[in-house]
Amino acid sequence: MKLLTHNMLTSKCMKGVSVGYPLGINASDVRVSEVDFNPDFIARMIPKLDWAVLYNAAESIGQLEDLPKDLANNYENDQEFLKKVHHVLLEVDIINGELVCPETGRKFPINNGIPNMLLNEDEV
Amino acid sequence: MTKPWRTYLLWFAQEHVEFRVAEIDSLLSLFNIEMRFTHKPVTEPYWIVEFASERDVQLLASRSVSLRNCLELWGHEKEVWKLHEKLKCYPRNLMDPYLQPNKSFKIEVETFCKHFTQKEKVDKIETFSYLPVQGPVDLRNPDVILQYIEYYGTVANNPPELPYDVFFGRWVASGLRQLIKKLSLKTRKFIGNTSMDPQLSLLMANQAKIKNGDIVLDPFVGSGSLLVAAAEFGGYVFGTDIDYLMLHGRTRPSRIAQKKREKDESIRANMKQYNLEHRYLDVLVNDFAMQFWREGCKFDAIVTDPPYGIREATERVGTSKENYTVSEEHLPTHIPAKIEYGISNIYKDLLSFSAKHLKVGGRVVCWFPVFRQDYNEDGLPSHPCLKLVANCEQTLTKVTARRLLTFEKLRDPTEQELNMDHKEITDFREKYFVVREETRKERRMKEARVREENRLQHIRDKV
Ligand SMILES: C[S@@+](CC[C@H](N)C(=O)[O-])C[C@H]1O[C@@H](n2cnc3c(N)ncnc32)[C@H](O)[C@@H]1O
Repeated sequence: MKLLTHNMLTSKCMKGVSVGYPLGINASDVRVSEVDFNPDFIARMIPKLDWAVLYNAAESIGQLEDLPKDLANNYENDQEFLKKVHHVLLEVDIINGELVCPETGRKFPINNGIPNMLLNEDEV
Repeated sequence: MTKPWRTYLLWFAQEHVEFRVAEIDSLLSLFNIEMRFTHKPVTEPYWIVEFASERDVQLLASRSVSLRNCLELWGHEKEVWKLHEKLKCYPRNLMDPYLQPNKSFKIEVETFCKHFTQKEKVDKIETFSYLPVQGPVDLRNPDVILQYIEYYGTVANNPPELPYDVFFGRWVASGLRQLIKKLSLKTRKFIGNTSMDPQLSLLMANQAKIKNGDIVLDPFVGSGSLLVAAAEFGGYVFGTDIDYLMLHGRTRPSRIAQKKREKDESIRANMKQYNLEHRYLDVLVNDFAMQFWREGCKFDAIVTDPPYGIREATERVGTSKENYTVSEEHLPTHIPAKIEYGISNIYKDLLSFSAKHLKVGGRVVCWFPVFRQDYNEDGLPSHPCLKLVANCEQTLTKVTARRLLTFEKLRDPTEQELNMDHKEITDFREKYFVVREETRKERRMKEARVREENRLQHIRDKV
């Protein structure tokens, strides 16, 4: 699971959860692999992200490298910066671990890179 | 002065004919191109159209799956001798740029629905010897391809003596028929029982107007066949499915000859096979009835083939037992119980979800099953924020069909619309099963009748 995906998920649909965002991450196996860089795509993604959530998620799994805490101004033309964001969003992959609901502590296992968000019949 | 519009011949594959107009319309709108008809197309595999520039034709062809190829049309007649007359008068200033001494060329002959030997074809080419070509012939890699087409209709077994139409023109571009082969399910690493064939998947991606850098979701992703097509056209793809074993490539193999699935079968492995791995985002095990995408998260396109309940159940997680809880000790291995989801709820949820999570102007493209006899546009799913822009039928059996629906998002839903209940959508399955039941019953009764007759005959023979 990529940090881009993490940025887009909430457990709000669960009974009794009011925000459910951001989900906690426990990563036991993280893989970093090179992915083709598409600066336009990254520049288009940035305004859709919750930047603080991305920053904290990267930090929590030890993949922060030198990602700045605050969004750069004029980032569309800052290739260096876009490259860093690209790395954190698309090149870091959580292969095994779990996502954790911030309110109930419910854990969602990640196996082989695929998070399992299925709830049980008593949770819906 | 603006350049005059030129006439082009678009030649289509005679397959999924219903989808042609919808595909071309989507692509014209995607590229913001204008195309004019000189004749309204009927059932023939060709259209005669006009474009303001050759670049427009090339753009269109670069994405079209229905299109075989496009010619700049120099002549179209009902009779061969008239075509020759026409070509002899074709303005030299339009022809000459392609017939220069430094331009190699070849002339091709295409005959539709009638076979000719190579010798006969060469003879046909000879009849164009009056063309003022100056360059060398190059059959392998010519700068210019001229094409002569004889059209004998579409009924293969009984072509007429003479062609209905003859065309001559200069080849401008070919469509994406090759891509269909490249993405064939036969050679794909990971497939499931309901994988969509590449042609229809690519048509769906075109209907969805997917372009480079778009974020695309298939919420009923299965083996991810729709995502392959979406990524091929530049989409960055997400998928979700309720079936854990499917996403982990652990269901029973779909190929008859295959005993066991390979270790690394997955949607991601398919992306890798086609060099599209950089556009793979993620897949999640998820029940579509329970949404984990956060508010404000927007997709550029949604392409999907929801479960119809014929080849697979329409299910969601749930129980009809009251106050049911899963005990602590069973939690780690518990497989959630499922209850009936139902066609009408699936489409209701799909359209509400699209209204909420598509960008304005984004499209959702989905299949919808219908019972042909009862089909009525009013029974289709609808939403006030979504406009139905295309609706094409693919027949499946005598009585059933599925329709490819394309909706475009007009605006964001109001607070009220977010919470509203929708009109009932016809569930075609009840009827489907009733029909099957009926035919089964009829067959049983017929068999019983035959047995009874045989028995009576047997008694008569004895006496
Ligand atoms: C017609 S198949 C889609 C096939 C897919 N296009 C492919 O390439 O394999 C429908 C899929 O929906 C999934 N499904 C059924 N109910 C679901 C639900 N409630 N939520 C999410 N997925 C569901 C099934 O597991 C199945 O894989």
